[in-house]
Amino acid sequence: MPRLSSLWNLANPTRFLGLADRLLPWLAALAAALLAVGLYLSFFVAPPDYQQGETVRIMFIHVPAAWLGLFMYVMMSASALGTLVWRHPLADVAQKAAAPIGAAFTFVCLVTGSLWGKPMWGTWWVWDARLTSVLVLFLMYLGIMALWRAVDDPGRAARAVAVLTLVGVVNIPIIKFSVDWWSTLHQPAAVFRIDGPTIHPSMLWPLLVMALAFTVLAVALHVAGMRNEILRRRVRSLWLMEAERLDAGAETAAGAAR
Amino acid sequence: MTRAFLALVLRDLRLAARVGGSGAMGLVFFLMLVAVVPFALGPDLNLLARIGPALLWFSAVLATLIGLDRLFQTDVEDGAIDLILSSDTPLEVLVAAKGVAHWLTTGLPLALLAPLFGLLLALTPGAMLAVAATLVVGTPALTFIGAVGAALTASLGRGGLLLAILVMPLMVPTLIFGVSAANAATGGTIAFLTPFLILAALSLVAIVIGIFAAAAALRQSA
Repeated sequence: MPRLSSLWNLANPTRFLGLADRLLPWLAALAAALLAVGLYLSFFVAPPDYQQGETVRIMFIHVPAAWLGLFMYVMMSASALGTLVWRHPLADVAQKAAAPIGAAFTFVCLVTGSLWGKPMWGTWWVWDARLTSVLVLFLMYLGIMALWRAVDDPGRAARAVAVLTLVGVVNIPIIKFSVDWWSTLHQPAAVFRIDGPTIHPSMLWPLLVMALAFTVLAVALHVAGMRNEILRRRVRSLWLMEAERLDAGAETAAGAAR
Repeated sequence: MTRAFLALVLRDLRLAARVGGSGAMGLVFFLMLVAVVPFALGPDLNLLARIGPALLWFSAVLATLIGLDRLFQTDVEDGAIDLILSSDTPLEVLVAAKGVAHWLTTGLPLALLAPLFGLLLALTPGAMLAVAATLVVGTPALTFIGAVGAALTASLGRGGLLLAILVMPLMVPTLIFGVSAANAATGGTIAFLTPFLILAALSLVAIVIGIFAAAAALRQSA
């Protein structure tokens, strides 16, 4: 099983760290380049919308952020399965590193959506099905991060968070299809449709470049986050070992004094 | 299996009824919430009648949270959890028993007393009946969603607030359909049955997912 064994090779944190150190500069550079191209395309090349005018450019940030907010949660659920089913040692590291990144993308999505909503809908916020379900997603990210901080032992925290993540996954299809099930204020999907995208190519291309840029950015941040988490755990175990050593030293000293 | 189930339900009911149990506390808290809101909003009966169903539902969610943080925590503290975990009976059955006992001491009394509290909010008899019916059908969902959070935070000393943060987002759909069914009964554009059936479906799904997820969480954390 060559392919499976390569996944298990990565289970060795040292090997992962080596790979991460080699990959990260490339990923970061690629993300920066794609973001530069994407932002140039969306602010200077893409035409203003005939109805929305210049505010349509907010969409080039809003939509990729929303996709990534969902994507990171799906990634976290896959890692949660990895934690619970296969006990893959890096799965809980991936899970922990993904939560703040997903929360940040969801937050960007909510903020840009609200900035767009003020001129277009005339209000910062409406209690529409899509907006409400994305807000619930954001709250769930916060709850997951709170649970991570509440349990001391990383292994136990990982399994508790994994259960919670898998329960919360029911919200993902609700968010995706909320615009189709309840036809309220938010626009339905325009890119991923069975009958092809309904968005004009002049706007579709900048959007796709931005989506790619956000994805590479998310992957780069995630790898960096995982590396930091592994290092943090190493520091923690060094501390524990040092404390134990000092403790043992104090005990023998006390024994000698007695 | 049935005997173990019944024994655990009876034990929890007895514990809830005795000194230190949270049996009546949820109800008192429920009454307190309903009584405090008119002070904040002003005693306008028309306004209270309009938001009454939503208010009762919101109070029910908060009152459910009251007893939840102790659902498994007391068992972890007094060691009963080890007996529960090592029993021959599947853990899922015993988690279901604990959930049923919790529902019998909070959800069901809340639903039965909701018409009485509806009087304070000037609800019409039809609205009272609708709120009670939606609460009977919807509160099992609240209990079993909450049971997941209770199992996750069972071994944490300070789980109370965390529990609320974890489970409130998951309770939102139940709240939405509970309130919309109650409002539909008092005259709206949609039929009562549509949101009511969705609420019933949510409850059934929550019971199944809640039991299995809470059992998994207990195995991992306790």
